[in-house]
Amino acid sequence: MGTTQTRSENKYDDLVTKTGFSPEQIKNLHKRFQQLSENEETISKEHLHSIPALANNPIKKQIIDAFFDKRNQHQDEVGSFQEIGFEQFLMVLSHFRPPTLKMSEEDKARIRKEKLRFLFNMHDTDNDGTITLAEYRKVVEELLSKSGTMGIEAAKAIADAAMLGVASTNVPHMKPDEFYEGITFEHFEQILKGLEMETRMHIRFMDVNTTTMRCGKSTS
Amino acid sequence: MASPGVRVLLLLVLVSSAHGDASGINRTRGNRTLTPEEEEDSQQHHNNTKAFPVLSFNFEHVRKPFEISLWILLALLMKLGFHLIPRVSHIVPESCLLIVVGLLVGGVIKALDSDASDTNSSVPVLNTKLFFLYLLPPIILDAGYFLPIRHFTENLGTILMFAVVGTLWNAFFIGGMMYGVCQIEAAQLGDVDLLSCLLFGSIISAVDPVAVLAVFEEIHINELLYILVFGESLLNDAVTVVLYHLFEEFSHAGTVTITDAFLGVICFFVVSLGGVMIGLIYGIVGAFTSRFTLHSRVIEPLFVFLYSYMAYLSAEVFHLSGIMSLIACGVAMRPYVEANISHKSYTTIKYFMKMWSSVSETLIFIFLGVSTVAGPHVWNWTFVIFTVILCLVSRVLGVVGLTFIINKFRIVKLTKKDQFIVAYGGLRGAIAFSLGFLLTDTHMKTMFLTAIITVIFFTVFVQGMTIRPLVELLAVKKKKETKRSINEEIHTQFLDHLLTGIEDVCGHYGHHHWKDKLNRFNKTYVKKCLISGERSTEPQLISFYNKMELRQAMMLVESGSLAVLPSLTSMQNIQPRDTVKQRVIPSISKRREEEIRKMLRSNLQKTRQRLRSYSRHDLMMDPFEEDLSEVKFRKQRVEMGRRMSHYLTVPANRQETQIPHLRKVNFEPEHQVFTYDDGKGDGGSSAPTNPSPPLVIRHLNETNQVNSPGGGNDAEDPHGGEEQPRLARFLSDPGPKEEEEEHLGGAETKG
Repeated sequence: MGTTQTRSENKYDDLVTKTGFSPEQIKNLHKRFQQLSENEETISKEHLHSIPALANNPIKKQIIDAFFDKRNQHQDEVGSFQEIGFEQFLMVLSHFRPPTLKMSEEDKARIRKEKLRFLFNMHDTDNDGTITLAEYRKVVEELLSKSGTMGIEAAKAIADAAMLGVASTNVPHMKPDEFYEGITFEHFEQILKGLEMETRMHIRFMDVNTTTMRCGKSTS
Repeated sequence: MASPGVRVLLLLVLVSSAHGDASGINRTRGNRTLTPEEEEDSQQHHNNTKAFPVLSFNFEHVRKPFEISLWILLALLMKLGFHLIPRVSHIVPESCLLIVVGLLVGGVIKALDSDASDTNSSVPVLNTKLFFLYLLPPIILDAGYFLPIRHFTENLGTILMFAVVGTLWNAFFIGGMMYGVCQIEAAQLGDVDLLSCLLFGSIISAVDPVAVLAVFEEIHINELLYILVFGESLLNDAVTVVLYHLFEEFSHAGTVTITDAFLGVICFFVVSLGGVMIGLIYGIVGAFTSRFTLHSRVIEPLFVFLYSYMAYLSAEVFHLSGIMSLIACGVAMRPYVEANISHKSYTTIKYFMKMWSSVSETLIFIFLGVSTVAGPHVWNWTFVIFTVILCLVSRVLGVVGLTFIINKFRIVKLTKKDQFIVAYGGLRGAIAFSLGFLLTDTHMKTMFLTAIITVIFFTVFVQGMTIRPLVELLAVKKKKETKRSINEEIHTQFLDHLLTGIEDVCGHYGHHHWKDKLNRFNKTYVKKCLISGERSTEPQLISFYNKMELRQAMMLVESGSLAVLPSLTSMQNIQPRDTVKQRVIPSISKRREEEIRKMLRSNLQKTRQRLRSYSRHDLMMDPFEEDLSEVKFRKQRVEMGRRMSHYLTVPANRQETQIPHLRKVNFEPEHQVFTYDDGKGDGGSSAPTNPSPPLVIRHLNETNQVNSPGGGNDAEDPHGGEEQPRLARFLSDPGPKEEEEEHLGGAETKG
C-alpha cells in the first residue's frame, strides 16, 4: 500500500506540472474519472454520452468530441482518440482553469491564446486552420438546435451575418472577386477580443484557493 | 403695497410662498360672493362701482401647480445652462452645480421673505414625503429597469457583502465612535446618548444611489466597478430601513434587549425579502398584462410605470424596502415586457424613464441646496468634523476589510485600484438628509441635520469633483462603448453551454449548472405564460439578431437614405420574370449604389420570424406616410432590385425560392464590396468565385444584346470597357438607377 501511495503521488506530481492543477483537485477529478469510466482505465465517447445532465445541452456532441480531439493535448497531433486516459482527460480540463491574481501580461496572453485555441478547435472540425462558412453555420445550427424549425432557418442567416462581420472587421478592403476563405485563428482572436476569455472561460470550482470542491461527490 | 406674489412674478424665476398677503386679492373675490340683495345695497352705496372686470388677477387659484411647474422649469433651465458653459461642466459634476444653484435660489427666497414676514420660514424644503414618494421612485425605477443583469448577478455575492455587512459596519463604527466623541467634555455634547448616536450612524452610513448615479454616470468607468458601487447603494436600502426604524424605536424605549436585537435581524430578512417578493409579484402581473396589449399600444408604457410605482408604494405600506421592491419589479418585468410591446412603446418607456429620472435628480439636488439655506442649523465644530472624518475612515476600513474576505471567493479579484474607487465612490446624498428630516424635533435633530448636510456636501463636492481626475490618473478601465456584435453574442452563448457541459462532465453543480436550469425553466414555463404569440419560443440568439438588424435598419432610416420597406411578398415570390430580362445595368452613382446595397442586404438576410415580429412594428412606415407616391415608387424599385439580384445570382438553369445563398455582399461606407462564396457548403471543392461570374456576365451580355435595340439604353454604351469589372461588382445587387428605372419604366409602359 505504501508503494502505491508514493507511486500515485509521483504520478500526480507529473500531472501537477503538466496541467497546473493542485494535487487535491487532481485527486477529486480522478475520482470523477473513475466514476465515469466505471473503474476502468479509459473512457470512451459512450461513457460521456451517458451523462444524463448533458442530454439537454445543445452542443453536447462538440463538447464530447473536444475531449477526444488530439489537438487539445498540445502535442501537435491531429485526429481523434477512440478512448482517453486520465491524463488526456485532465489536459482537456486544464483549459478551464481560472486565472490567478498574480499573472503577468504575457501569461495572460498565453492563457487567452490557449483557451481561444480550444474554442477554435471545437469549431474547425476538419482541421484546415480556418472556420469556413459551412462549419460556422453548423455551430450556429447546433446552438439553436433545441429550438425547432425556427432555429434552423434562422441559423443560416445568423451565421451569414456573423461571417460578414468577421470578414468586414478583418479584411475591410477586399476586392469584388476575392473570396473570403474562412475565419483564421488570428481573425478569431480579433473578433473575440472584447470578451476577455481569460477571465470568463473557467469553471469555478477548480480555483486553487477555494475550499468548496465538490467534484466527484455528485452522482450524475 | 405690492404682495410678494407680484414681486415674484416680476422676477419671473423665483417663487415666494409668502402667506397672508393676498388680502387685496381677497377683496376683489369677496366682492363677487355677495348675495344679490347685498349687491344691490352696495350698488346704491357705491355709485362708482367698478365696471365688469376685463382683466383680473387671481393667483391663489393656480398657486400650487404654478409653483411646481416653475420649480421644474427652473431646474431644467439650469441643466441647459450648464452645458452652455463647457469648461465648467467638464470639471464640476452636474450635481455640484445644481446644489450651488439651489443654494442661490434658497438664498434669494430667504432674502425676499425676510422683509415680507418673519414668521416661520416659508421656503420650500425637501420634505420627506415629497422626496420619498415623488422624487426618488423615478430614479430608482430607471436604474432598476436598465440594470445590467449579467454583471449584477455575477457579482451579487460581492454586492451583498458590501451592502449588508459594509453598511452595518459603517453604522456601528460611526455611531460608536461618535458616542465616544460625545463623551469628550470639551465638545458640550453630553446629552447625546448612545442610541441617538447609533441612529445618527445608521442614517449617515448608507451610500446614496442618486449621488452615485449622478457622479458615476459622467465618468464612464467599467461595468464591474459601476455595478459594485451602484448595486451596493441600491441594496443597502433594506439595511438602512431596518436600522433606522430599530434605533428610532429603541431611542424612544430607552433600552435594548437581546430579543430586540434578534427581532431586528429577523426584521432585516423580512424587509428585504418581502420587498423583493412584492416587486416580483407586481413584475409578473405587469408582464402578464403586457401580453394582451396588442390592440392598445398607446397605453403600454403606462402599465410599466404604474405597476412599478404600485410595487414601490405597496412595499412602503408595510415598511418594507421600497427600493428593492422597485428594482425587483423592473428586473422581473423587463424581459417579458420587451418581448411583447411594440418598438415605439419601448422607445417611449426608455425616454420617459430617462426624462423623469433626470428631472427628479435635478430637483433633488436643487432642493438640497435650498434646504441647506432654509433649515435651522446648529453648528458644532467637533461633531461635524468628526462625522466627516469618521465617515471617510470607516468607509475605507470597511472596503479594504471586506475585499480581503471577498477576494478569497472571487475568481476575478478586486485590485487595489478597484478598492480605491469603491471606497471613494461611497457618496452620501439626499436619502440621508430625508431620513434625518424624519427625526422627531429635538435640539439634536438640527445638529444631526447640519452634520448630515456637511457630509453630503463634502462627499458630493470634494469626492464628486476629484473622482474624475483620479480615475484618469489611476488609469481605471473605462466602459466598453461599442455594442455587442453578433459574433460575440454567438460565442457568449456557446461559452455558456460549453461551461455548463464541462461542469456536468465533472459532476459539479456549479454556477453555470444552476443558471442553465433556470434558463430552461424560464423557457419552458414562464415565457409561454408571459409572452404572447410566437415570440415566446424565440431563442435568445434569434431575438438578438433581430434586434441588431432592426437597429441597423433604423439607422438607415434615420440617416435619411432609402426606405427599408419590409415588403413581405417579395421574399416569397422571387421568380425571375421576362420583363426583368429587358433591364440593363446602367451606370449608377456610387452613393445610390451603396444605398441600394444596404437596403438589399437588410432585406436579403431577413428570416421569416423577423418579418412576423416586424409586423407589429410600424415604425419604419412612418417617414413615408407623407408621400405615398414616393413609397410606391421605392417599393417598386426594391422589388425590381431584388428580382434582379436574384436573377443575376442564380444560373439560368436553376430556380430557387429561398434566399440565394450563393452571394452575399457586404456594404461598406467606403464603397468597397466583396463577395464570398459558400462553394464548400455545396460539397464541392473550395471553388473560387471565378467560374460563376463569367456565367453571370455572359447572361448580362446576352440580355444587353437582346435589349440594345430597345429604348433608352444610351447610358450603358459609353461604359463598354468598364462594364465587365463594374458588373462583377454588382453581382448580387444590381440596382437600377433611379432615373433610369423611371425612364425604363416609362419605356416599358410605352412599348
